[in-house]
Amino acid sequence: MRRIFASLLLPLAFAASSAVAAEEIVINGSTTVLPVMQKAGEAFMAANPGITLAISGGGSGNGIKALNEGLCQIAMSSRDIKASEREEGKAKGVNAVRTAIAVDALVPVVHPSNSVAALSTEQLRDIYNGKITDWSQVGGSGGSIVVVSRDTSSGTFETWAEMIMKKEKVVPSALMQASNGAVAQTVAKNRRAIGYIGFGYLNASLKKIRVNGVEAGQDTALSGEWPLARELYVFTNGEPGGAVQKLLAYLLDPRKGQEKVREAGFIPLQAKAGK
Amino acid sequence: MTARYAVQEARIRRVLAGIAGCSLLFLALIMVFLFMEGLPAFLEIAPPDFLLGMYWYPASDPPEFGTLPLLAGSVAVTLVASLIAIPIGVMTAVWLTELAPSFLRRLCKPLLELLAALPSVVVGFIGMVVLAPLLQDWFDADTGLNLFNGGLMLALMSIPTICSVAEDALHAVPDSLREASLALGATKCETIFKVVVPAAFSGIGTACMLGMSRSIGETMVVLMVAGGAAILPASLFDPVRPMPAAIAAELAEAPFRGQHYHALFAIGLLLFLCTLGFNLLAQYTSERNRQDPE
Repeated sequence: MRRIFASLLLPLAFAASSAVAAEEIVINGSTTVLPVMQKAGEAFMAANPGITLAISGGGSGNGIKALNEGLCQIAMSSRDIKASEREEGKAKGVNAVRTAIAVDALVPVVHPSNSVAALSTEQLRDIYNGKITDWSQVGGSGGSIVVVSRDTSSGTFETWAEMIMKKEKVVPSALMQASNGAVAQTVAKNRRAIGYIGFGYLNASLKKIRVNGVEAGQDTALSGEWPLARELYVFTNGEPGGAVQKLLAYLLDPRKGQEKVREAGFIPLQAKAGK
Repeated sequence: MTARYAVQEARIRRVLAGIAGCSLLFLALIMVFLFMEGLPAFLEIAPPDFLLGMYWYPASDPPEFGTLPLLAGSVAVTLVASLIAIPIGVMTAVWLTELAPSFLRRLCKPLLELLAALPSVVVGFIGMVVLAPLLQDWFDADTGLNLFNGGLMLALMSIPTICSVAEDALHAVPDSLREASLALGATKCETIFKVVVPAAFSGIGTACMLGMSRSIGETMVVLMVAGGAAILPASLFDPVRPMPAAIAAELAEAPFRGQHYHALFAIGLLLFLCTLGFNLLAQYTSERNRQDPE
């Protein structure tokens, strides 16, 4: 008897659960944006039990490609869409619409006792590719430069490589650290070190470096003056609607998604909106 | 009655054999997987470039997959760790079995075992936060995260292994040998170094090999304290990037079944061959010098 009940109830239960979880949003793309989306996504799903998110990384290019091929509804990207990608989408009837969700800014940092306070992007590149090896070459008090970098597969490294290195390789003797926190720790403990970290990881035991004469700060990063800042985007096919629109609204909410942006070490957008 | 016992006996034997077979099967499957994922790397990257290349730039365009700096890093930290850990480990074992008063021995043994139980991430943390700044100041090094720091921390982890295996070997030396030596007029010191230690030589050799195999495979410690620079170390205070550290740091981000992914598995294969070599050597020394107790 009991078995019959179970066999009757089981399909019903399935039907019920699939009715609740009717909408699934597939999200793919940049590993830099991934942590924001994961953090915000968890909270979003908790608040909206009817919507499930399937989030995966794979790089900005892969995300946009997946959007063009209809394999995802949202593509995360740490760069703008290329003209060729836009054409490719149009040919398949996809109209990619861009929404900025956060600002990613890196800051070069040194030990507080270091007398160097400002560097140019060229000097930073030459330090990281091994052409400049002594602090006296950039106006410091002498002593070899200890280069600290993120692992080559991290999103932070990718940003640095794009904005500073311009296709040149980081010197092999650089200390490759596995996290932003490890870079901060290493530089804070080493008088000769230079490193770069995301904005969210700055603390009193590190000294920020001015780059091309610009002071690092939320306002300069948001205004675009800071040379090491870029916006992070999501792309949708056409103007977002339904569950996708709900998610984007959540992401842009200063007290919800933007709070997660700050937690992930990026700069939230609301300061800009307030101006 | 006896027949029933015999059936039961046979059944138990089969179950145990099955369990033993399972663990062998798992080991075999792990090896198959390792080879399956690692060998394609040698098709994608020319083996001389892979094994002798000087540059490890897996994410550049075009990528370079030279593992020589990683291999050199592993060999260097293991060597430094062994040079520190083997004398300390073996001497501690000698002192514990031959010289220590029994109350001290009873105090030291558990302490040593506690050292063995220390999680590697804790050891790494100590190296990173406590030892690195000290090394930097004392030796005026460019960075405290270097070969020497890695070697010291690995030594700390392999001393308990070496010491306890060596201690067992020394214990196994029959007292009749010690008594005979002392009766012939040898001093305590002569007895230890000319009779007891040579008699236990094979076991001590095994202890050293096991310690080294632990050092070369240890991941967390070298990831945290060795610096992570893929260069051939020229001094004791250069940063290095041993093989396990490279795998741990990069595998999560390597595109699935891409060139980088296969290259990391091939490094895992190299690492596996290294530890296998050490373990075979350990077995060889213990077989070759096996002493008959009487």
